[in-house]
Amino acid sequence: MTNASFRPAADMFRELNRLQSVLDQVFRPAERSSIRGLTGASFPVLNVGTTPETVEVMALAPGLDPKSLQITVDRGVLTIAGERQDPVPAEGDGVTVYAQERFSGAFRRVVSLPEEADAGKVDATYRDGILRITVAKHEASKPRRIEIS
Amino acid sequence: MRSELQTSGANTPQATPDETSRNQPFVVPPVDVYENESGITVLADLPGVSRDRLGVRVDGETLVIEASASTAQPEGMELIYGEAQYPSYRRQFTLSRELDSSRIEAALKDGVLKLQIPRREEAKPRRIEVRVG
Repeated sequence: MTNASFRPAADMFRELNRLQSVLDQVFRPAERSSIRGLTGASFPVLNVGTTPETVEVMALAPGLDPKSLQITVDRGVLTIAGERQDPVPAEGDGVTVYAQERFSGAFRRVVSLPEEADAGKVDATYRDGILRITVAKHEASKPRRIEIS
Repeated sequence: MRSELQTSGANTPQATPDETSRNQPFVVPPVDVYENESGITVLADLPGVSRDRLGVRVDGETLVIEASASTAQPEGMELIYGEAQYPSYRRQFTLSRELDSSRIEAALKDGVLKLQIPRREEAKPRRIEVRVG
């Protein structure tokens, strides 16, 4: 009986979700975009995490030339800068542009690294449109086990 | 609001595994779409997607792009700041009849999908010669 009374609500939520995704797809205002409007139209989208040994910064930056990226660390601040070319041809001359939602132009994003990050050991890779920057932590800040002598 | 709805849905005990997978949140990838004489070109941002995780299919007049991103994060990583939330992408389009859905070309490079959908031969613009009678 309890189950039966829950069911309509579940279906309603599914219908609302579906409607929401349809509306998102049709109107897609920038602040209601894929990342729940946390940062609006910032590019690239960033995720930052830590492991016991490293600080990981992942930038979702598809369609870039890795050579054109400028990654700098200065006084604990990591900066990712670059430019993404606009591949869409100009209107006219038989060309009609229907949608231009992808980011183009110059970008710059700044991340403040935690104190234990070692700016001397930074490693960056670019694969499938994700830029992954690994910053090692200082030896002294890594968790270690102290042996009892 | 959206997240609350999804959380409620996921917490509903009656949700079968099938329903859960259908309700899974996904990112609507941004696209560029333009048309020239030969057809329509679609560019979609799908960061983190490799070729084996991408699905492009045509179902009647509907073109569906579905993909899942590999979470390129090391094991045991603790997320401290996250703007990207869902590792799956989905977007669909309706194809008009003058497009030839059987000859779509897809290329994926650095997380950008490029689809080229040609026009049907008979729908291409052509010049009609005027004969002097």
